[in-house]
Amino acid sequence: MSDAVFEQVREHLAGVAHEAAVAHGVLALLVEPGRLLDVVRALKDQFGFDMFLDVTAVDWPEREPRFDVVWHFYSTRHFVRVRVKTRVPLADPTVDTLVTLYGSARYMERECHDMYGIVFRGNDDLRPILLYEGFEGHPLRKDYPKQKEQPLVPYRDVKP
Amino acid sequence: MSTQPSRPAPSGAFEYLTTKKDEFVGWARKFSLFPYPFVTACCAMEFMSVSSTLYDTDRFGAALPRFTPRQSDLLMVVGTVTHKQAPILKKVYEQMCEPKWVIAFGVCATSGGFYQNYAALPGIDKIIPVDLYIPGCPPRPEMVIDGIMKLQDRIARDRHPIINENF
Repeated sequence: MSDAVFEQVREHLAGVAHEAAVAHGVLALLVEPGRLLDVVRALKDQFGFDMFLDVTAVDWPEREPRFDVVWHFYSTRHFVRVRVKTRVPLADPTVDTLVTLYGSARYMERECHDMYGIVFRGNDDLRPILLYEGFEGHPLRKDYPKQKEQPLVPYRDVKP
Repeated sequence: MSTQPSRPAPSGAFEYLTTKKDEFVGWARKFSLFPYPFVTACCAMEFMSVSSTLYDTDRFGAALPRFTPRQSDLLMVVGTVTHKQAPILKKVYEQMCEPKWVIAFGVCATSGGFYQNYAALPGIDKIIPVDLYIPGCPPRPEMVIDGIMKLQDRIARDRHPIINENF
């Protein structure tokens, strides 16, 4: 049954999605950042992908464009998942927000902005959610020094 | 002392009294620990296990948790403390009245454990003084009981100034 849905999605998005392969039982679509809203709207309105599961990013430091931004959706009508990916460069890591389609995207976009510095155009509240005010950098980027700390409380002066 | 005015300054007697006073107060305090559980992570499960009937920290007079730092004298930091949480821990510590003791429960509170990254505080002793470290991930209840007993020994041996620095 999931195959049938995937086939329909694939046909519908044939001109838009660069890649549309099924991996681990999930249909993975690669789209241009500019077509993201169209694709997600189609998935939501026509195929019943009405649950926003997550948005995250992948950092490929050697690659240009450097970041994958990855969304996961679930269809409560067909009981299948779909993964949407897009690529953005370091110079302008901006994608459109999905808050207009899924209210729950709001917090998860904040987290993604915390960790990878992806900017979600149209999300007016990108304050730190897991990190704190004053934290510099984005800790899940590969070029963030692994053990760099930014303590809020000054360390005690202890003699060993 | 006053019955024998010919003797020199009664320093020996004073010392004796002070020592006895410290012993007495230490004995009283060591069986009356009021822990404040600052519980942040999975060590909490082990903390519950050691507090409840099977291992029963009540036997050591350290059972009744106080959920305000103002009424407690033993701060038990149970679990990972992140940089974001560090100001809260510091504030809790500063709200406690003297005398107070701190136990770092588990390896994360002791040294950060296997978290060596942007998020975790590498040991709570970076921001507050710690009296006793209980390593382990999580520590066995026996280790916790051993730790509490060691802390009790230390409290019993400590000086307990009440009136001023010397007495």
